Amino acid sequence: MIEILVDWCKGCELCIKRCPVNALEISDELNKRGVYPPRLKEENECNYCRLCELICPDFAITVIPDEKKGPKEPKSKLIIGGIVNEV
Amino acid sequence: MTEMIDAEQLRKKYLRDGMLPTIFCNGCGHGNAIDYTFWAIEELGLDMDKVAFASGIGCSSRIPGYINADGLHTTHGRALAFATGIKAANPELHVIVFTGDGDCAGIGGNHFIHAARRNIDMTVLLLNNFIYGMTGGQLAPTAPKGSIATTSPYGNIEEAFNICELAKALGAAYVARWPISYPYQPIKSIKEGIQNRGFALIELMSPCPTAYGRRNKLGKIESLWKWYEDNTILIEEYERIMDYGTEEERKNVKGMFQIGVFQNVKKAGFFEEYDKLVQRLIEKDDAKFKGGSK
Repeated sequence: MIEILVDWCKGCELCIKRCPVNALEISDELNKRGVYPPRLKEENECNYCRLCELICPDFAITVIPDEKKGPKEPKSKLIIGGIVNEV
Repeated sequence: MTEMIDAEQLRKKYLRDGMLPTIFCNGCGHGNAIDYTFWAIEELGLDMDKVAFASGIGCSSRIPGYINADGLHTTHGRALAFATGIKAANPELHVIVFTGDGDCAGIGGNHFIHAARRNIDMTVLLLNNFIYGMTGGQLAPTAPKGSIATTSPYGNIEEAFNICELAKALGAAYVARWPISYPYQPIKSIKEGIQNRGFALIELMSPCPTAYGRRNKLGKIESLWKWYEDNTILIEEYERIMDYGTEEERKNVKGMFQIGVFQNVKKAGFFEEYDKLVQRLIEKDDAKFKGGSK
């Protein structure tokens, strides 16, 4: 499972292009920054290699190697002036 | 990875909440440098109270602000001088310096030369993006020949500064260069650099799509990452081609950036030598005192 902090994403799309099994895609909802963050494809072959987690420059991706848990809603966390807006 | 700690735990442990998201542009490699440093520290199991960060001025020097540890944000080019001070005051600390190419090689060049020559125990992460990014894209001394910047609109005519070769010549204990697009090698190098008791320089080639890429027709982040992969060659491979390769192969690899570990030696750092000197003088003094009392 991949958890994405959508509002930390700046939309570089490196995770999508560098994924070895092509498991990520651009989502169709804008985040608060005005970019389309990535999301896991519904049918994917993600093998939890954690490359996206490592190469994400904005610390937005967490790979949780546990298949039992269902897909979670993407988190939103944008901090402006020290106030944490967690949705 | 020794323990499977996930990125969220890593973020909670090391990032200073309230400062994120970072100010870096979309596609900037400096975020990766922070990430790799965290993984290296995590794998070594260092206590963050025993790590101090220092930085100068520039994009890369914003990094200690995001790390939940003690850090100094100092004057332009003088990060290494301040880091020497930290090490002198408390030799138990692991000092990690984040510095840019303009900061370390351009403005603080002399500080860099002498820190490397004295072999002071610190880990310098030089984030090389070929440009002075924060001030608007002036030409940095590390920029390759022909690159376009605001101060060289018709192309750079100067030779690039090969900072790894310089550090090697000055006898730094650990010298490595990696592009940011390979995740595992820099983590290993940062680990080795922290463990090394001398001066460790790790040059990370970090892409700057906004100031460098846009002017050099590498504006797309993916193409800039690919450029790093196409224009770098492992040092072992480079040496092999230079020794045994054909003329054409040699011509092809000549303009490429060599990457890899250039130097990894164990030798006593400045403060180890200093401790030895103090010890020697104390012993000498003691002997003198005993001799006089008789």
